[in-house]
Amino acid sequence: MSQSVSKKEKNNFLKRFFPSNNFGDFIFERLTWLFALSVFLLVILMGYEMYEGSKISIQKFGLDFLVNSEWDPVQEIYGALPIIYGTIVSSLLALIIALPFSIGVAVYLAEVAPPWLEKPLSFLVELLAGIPSVIYGLWGIFVLVPWIRTDVEPYLSDKLGFLPFFRGAPYGFGLLAAVLILTIMVLPIITSITRDVLKSVPRSQREAALALGATKWQSTIIVLKDAKSGILGATMLGFGRAIGETMAVTMVIGNRALISPSLFDPSYTMASVIANEFTEATSEMYLSALIQLALVLFVITIFVNALARLLVWSMDRKWKTV
Amino acid sequence: MENGMMKPDFFFYRKKITSFIMMSLTFIAALAAIIPLVLIFYYTISKGITYLNLDFFVAMPKPVGESGGGMANAIVGTLILIGIGGAIGIPVGIMTGTYLSEFGKNKFGYVVRFLTDVLSGIPSIVVGVVAYTMIVVPMKHFSALAGGIALGILMIPTITRTTEEMIKLVPQTLREAGLALGIPKWKTTLSIVLKSAWKGIATGVLLGLSRAAGETAPLLFTALGNRFWSTSIGQPIASLTVYIYDYAKSPFEDWNQQAWTAALVLILLISLLSLLFRVITRSKYKTN
Repeated sequence: MSQSVSKKEKNNFLKRFFPSNNFGDFIFERLTWLFALSVFLLVILMGYEMYEGSKISIQKFGLDFLVNSEWDPVQEIYGALPIIYGTIVSSLLALIIALPFSIGVAVYLAEVAPPWLEKPLSFLVELLAGIPSVIYGLWGIFVLVPWIRTDVEPYLSDKLGFLPFFRGAPYGFGLLAAVLILTIMVLPIITSITRDVLKSVPRSQREAALALGATKWQSTIIVLKDAKSGILGATMLGFGRAIGETMAVTMVIGNRALISPSLFDPSYTMASVIANEFTEATSEMYLSALIQLALVLFVITIFVNALARLLVWSMDRKWKTV
Repeated sequence: MENGMMKPDFFFYRKKITSFIMMSLTFIAALAAIIPLVLIFYYTISKGITYLNLDFFVAMPKPVGESGGGMANAIVGTLILIGIGGAIGIPVGIMTGTYLSEFGKNKFGYVVRFLTDVLSGIPSIVVGVVAYTMIVVPMKHFSALAGGIALGILMIPTITRTTEEMIKLVPQTLREAGLALGIPKWKTTLSIVLKSAWKGIATGVLLGLSRAAGETAPLLFTALGNRFWSTSIGQPIASLTVYIYDYAKSPFEDWNQQAWTAALVLILLISLLSLLFRVITRSKYKTN
């Protein structure tokens, strides 16, 4: 009698630690769980490593790092304002140009294109996203920049030179080249997510509009309004991509920490500073400042991406409950 | 309108014309989006093909000033780097994807799913900085290992999400059939679920590998680059992408030409990988 009780207790004891009936199942679940946990820990570890690496710079400059406009490795003064300015201006301008195009292409793919044309076109757009960034940069140096130098910049300064944005010597390398190359690079990302979001809007929305006598364009406007938050999410993903884009931008932007209203002037982005100066950073403080820059980039992109994913996910959920 | 109930008026034609114009504009936008693609391919092929010969694949880079030579070390280096990356990214990605689809309907699952998506948006150069502080600093020198690990981290999100999506496509009845036969869940998952989803998973793996092959930023200060033959994972190693970057910036016209050829070879390598996945996945869609 007492033996069976103790056996039962032993069983309960085992159950607490091995909840599944099968020992193999338990091991398998825990094993896959460990890998999932490793992804979780990896993101935390990345933040921690960069915080540790940039400690002396954080201690010395604090928040001044973000608002000081002098980046002078020789005198060991590191202020990232012009760099943050260059990053945000180049990304925002690229988004402003890319967004109408992306929405246009996405509408064409999701609403207008016949199936036999939609597949190859979608494939080509995805191909554009798959080209390595360094090849964009190579093309930028030898094709885009000479074209900007000889045609675009002289034309702009001739016609619009009264504006402060289009003044200065036409070097080719500079903010304008970076904006154009970023535009090409974010276009496929915004397009493909917007297309998916548009497709997730139920057919009934379009049919209802068309049944009331709306034209194709009017029904498209209704679909676009339904997809608003998803399109915003897609735009933010594009923004996240643009601020982190390294190689292509580094190769064409001119690489000088400078706040200037002119698009012809060289500029600098956070990613391109790191790419350019990391191997040259001789002093501990210099390296630490560069790692701090990476940390700022990390925090911004995490924030932007998290918000963007929540927006895109909310779109998914919206139609599932309908 | 034809039944005579109402006569088409000015507003009717205006909205028809507006609709036509706007829809045509979307078509023009689609065409415009293709232009950069055509231009990039045109220049890479036309400029790259002039140097494309057998030497490029089997010879070593020549010193400055001498023309000719190849990038054998960089081609092998790129393959070694994505090999190391795959050794990390593939198991982590597949196992995490399996967890997310089979056991991940809880809070922790949602957090991990969210973090993989966030991880996919982190700039590759940031991953390079982390690999530097984590591996290069303790080892005290640049190495292929550090570069490979950075690439491995970058592969994880792609492989995880594809694995999860592909496993979810496996019909529930297959799992139930396995369990009804008394097969334990872990064995059902491994030998039935994963086995029927492997083509899709392979697609994700090849996508991850081909993206890693095109990465430059995380290699700049991890694998660094090497002008000599090296296959040791403890030493700096050459890669096609870093060669393209260095040669594109160099003042020598001969090197600029070689950068185009390296770009062409890189595109060929990536196309080869995606061709491979098209061949693998084709039969899947046929049976559907």
